[in-house]
Amino acid sequence: MDNPLNHAATDGPDTGNGDVLLEVRNLKKYFPLRGGIFSRVQGWIKAVDDVSFDVYQGETLGLVGESGCGKTTTGKCILRLEQPTSGAVLFEGKDVLSMNSDELRTLRREMQIIFQDPYGSLNPRMTVGDIVGEAFVIHGIASGTEKTQRVEELLRVVGLSPYHARRYPHEFSGGQRQRIGIARALALRPKLIICDEPVSALDVSIQSQILNLLKDLQDEFQLTYVFIAHDLSVVQHISDRVGVMYLGRLVELTDGDTLYSSPKHPYTQALLSAIPVPDPEHKKERLVLEGDVPSSLEPPSGCSFHTRCLYCQDICRQVRPEWREIEKGHFVACHLAE
Amino acid sequence: MAAVSKQPPGELDQLDPNFGGDALTLKPESYLSMVWRRFRRHKLAMAGLCFLILMYFVAVFAPYIATQSYRHTDPPNRLQPPSGEHWMGTDHIGRDLFSRVIWGSQISLSVGFVAAGVAVVLGTVIGAVAGYFGGVIDNLLMRFTEIVMSFPTFFLLITIVSIVERSIFNIMLVIGFTSWPGLARMVRGQFLSLREQEFVLAARALGGSNARIIFRHILPNAMAPVIVSATLRIGGAILTESGLSFLGLGVQEPFPSWGNIINGGRTFLRQAPWICAFPGIFIFLTVLSFNYVGDGLRDALDPRLKD
Repeated sequence: MDNPLNHAATDGPDTGNGDVLLEVRNLKKYFPLRGGIFSRVQGWIKAVDDVSFDVYQGETLGLVGESGCGKTTTGKCILRLEQPTSGAVLFEGKDVLSMNSDELRTLRREMQIIFQDPYGSLNPRMTVGDIVGEAFVIHGIASGTEKTQRVEELLRVVGLSPYHARRYPHEFSGGQRQRIGIARALALRPKLIICDEPVSALDVSIQSQILNLLKDLQDEFQLTYVFIAHDLSVVQHISDRVGVMYLGRLVELTDGDTLYSSPKHPYTQALLSAIPVPDPEHKKERLVLEGDVPSSLEPPSGCSFHTRCLYCQDICRQVRPEWREIEKGHFVACHLAE
Repeated sequence: MAAVSKQPPGELDQLDPNFGGDALTLKPESYLSMVWRRFRRHKLAMAGLCFLILMYFVAVFAPYIATQSYRHTDPPNRLQPPSGEHWMGTDHIGRDLFSRVIWGSQISLSVGFVAAGVAVVLGTVIGAVAGYFGGVIDNLLMRFTEIVMSFPTFFLLITIVSIVERSIFNIMLVIGFTSWPGLARMVRGQFLSLREQEFVLAARALGGSNARIIFRHILPNAMAPVIVSATLRIGGAILTESGLSFLGLGVQEPFPSWGNIINGGRTFLRQAPWICAFPGIFIFLTVLSFNYVGDGLRDALDPRLKD
């Protein structure tokens, strides 16, 4: 068995067979900011502002960014757990955002989500068996003994024991709870799973277990992941392609190797330089960003990153950079990238 | 440490079957048995519960316990002090007070239960709908709740009671209809915070209907404060009914309730203090018991208190 940390390297990147499973086009999600006596809308928080990307069959697309940059909201909009303000989400060519509630229910079988908080994501009043088996009840797939068998099978798949089905969530550790959440997401045999920071709340040693479990499940069930995280090393471990978000916008998107070897966007470069290297001899140049992330209520004009960019030019302050493909499969939103 | 370092690094991604072992090898304890175990430690609450169970037996078996009918009068033996024949004495028209207090327990307790039940159902439904759906619905329901709340309850009660027929059933309903707003606000608050929880989002992501999410996911997690508040409200409703009956606006003669027995004995407080004293003691003990049980439940149901 490999050391879990080498797992990704030995597997090599696998970009799937190239079919587009999910298309996100110009997705926007603005939250109204109300205030005053009559709670009038005083402004809009642009949580997700014009984000477009494709997810290919069988790949893992990582989405990284600081907290508050809109990556979780993007994930929820894809599943319509949040109603996007505008834009389009196409799953296998079908428009998710215009679906009625029946179509949406059918779609739930194809797309699932794994949450960040292993404590908040499991109903404390339900047994693990009921939590994992709820999908079968909702979709009328199985009940009684068959449901029990399927639940036990799912628990085995994620590395738990069948007898755990009778326990309550509070009897489990964080890592085990996350496995329960994964089993629940797998119950309907979805094609796409949005992993919303699934390991951020876990201990480092447990993180690698869960990441490897996700990788094994991907191979076994031909899953496609959108993997949201703020930890670049975690994303590097699991992702085939990586998108970097800043203030509700995607600033760079390319395959993992290219991103880590030759990042084009200054923000990506700064992020990558911040990854700690566990080698005391290693001296490297850090690009330290000045200042804080501006408010998404009043994002800066032009390029939203210009206030902190080391290479800021006049054009950056005035014109919002286009989301363009500078090499095949390498998208950047920066005036200066070539 | 030694045991850990012996493990080859690759073994880390295999879940140890005994991982988190101890707690999991025990028989799982159901939620109810945990609550019961924690409730038992609260001695006053247990005493209250015992008294209430006793009172319910008394109320249910009132026809067998009472020595006379509640309407049997015996004017020559009026205002008798407690004796072997009349355990609690007699009132101003010679009715046996013990029998009337026993019969009265039936009325007082059922008024408490039904009134609190009406309040809990109304408050929970209104609060749940407002909190879950939010927006305009929430706004309308909460403004309505605030309007009901801003009436002085007791005067509203007196007004309504003087309009509708003063049957026992109407008294129950009226008390119920005027005491739900606090509960509605509490339930709404619970729903507002619970509906954003990730397990609720997960249920929505699985395609669960609104009804399923409300009843299966949110309500069970919002029930603890509702149960506590319901228990306290039963005591409150018994007091309200006693108050109304004391003013002559509640349960009407010849039907006995603890409140109207006290009302009847008020004029004879100097000659025959026992008429007021006995039903008063029962009101006091019953309401106190409900309050203790409510307190005990609050502690037992509080998820923040571990064992």
